[in-house]
Amino acid sequence: MAGAYPRSKLFALSKEARMARLIRMDGTGHTTLAEWTTADDHAFTQAVDEFRSQQELGYIGTVPDGPGKATHVRRLPREAELVIMRRPIAGG
Amino acid sequence: MTAGQALPELASVPWRARTDARWLRRWERIWHAWTLLYTAPFVAAAAGMLWLDPVTAPVAVVAAAHAWIIPELYAARGATVARPKGPRNELAEPLAQGLLGDLLGHEERDLQRATGLALERGELGVWLVGEAGALVVTPGGRSVHCFCVRATEPELPPSDRVAHLLLALRVDEEGFATVANHAFAGAPWRVRRRLPRLLRPALDEACRAARRRHTPSR
Repeated sequence: MAGAYPRSKLFALSKEARMARLIRMDGTGHTTLAEWTTADDHAFTQAVDEFRSQQELGYIGTVPDGPGKATHVRRLPREAELVIMRRPIAGG
Repeated sequence: MTAGQALPELASVPWRARTDARWLRRWERIWHAWTLLYTAPFVAAAAGMLWLDPVTAPVAVVAAAHAWIIPELYAARGATVARPKGPRNELAEPLAQGLLGDLLGHEERDLQRATGLALERGELGVWLVGEAGALVVTPGGRSVHCFCVRATEPELPPSDRVAHLLLALRVDEEGFATVANHAFAGAPWRVRRRLPRLLRPALDEACRAARRRHTPSR
């Protein structure tokens, strides 16, 4: 449907509708803990609760920011597409 | 450095100086001097014995063997950090491999699948991240540093162990090197000889990538 929306409107809709994921790397490969969209407050609140409970278990939140970059997060960022919970690392 | 950039695991090693390029260069020189220190006396002893009396040749051979074996043992210790370790967790590995593949570029993904080592270009050099350790080839490709470092959950599938280290490296490269235990520094060819054949193409590729980078002034 070319021309149905201005380009910026289309982008805004797709961004709102994009499903973000909170996953945890664990013995199963990884587990999806929560999913949310920026427009869904209830789902995001549940994801925040899940994020905090994983932090209490010792997991660390990391957002992959593209090639070669990642950010450690202490709070669940609503705009992130993917947040990965990982275990701490230590010298072997 | 902002809070988001600092590796949280640094809190567990507050006594360590931050590992930066200068730290790596200093350790290169120390390892080089140390290698000469424990090799030269054996070589000198072997040559001296032969010069004094050729009948001591068997003892001279033993001394020369020490001069060869000891550096090899150190290089083997460095190469060990790249070897696959821990449970293979074959049921979960395909899922973990998919996540790790998503974190890597196309060429790096192919290299990781072939060798088990993830290549990552950083400020300190070109990294190869394995399941329980990492190597960094410094810019110019003349030296490699080996680090022992691992995820603290032993039951993770191999690709998740790599992904743990890769994400931590991407958050804070110097912090990652600080948390890791330094195991070896020396010429890449010394480590390459001790690596399993399957892993050698990854080190070759890292050296090529490091040679393409500017060598910092010393």
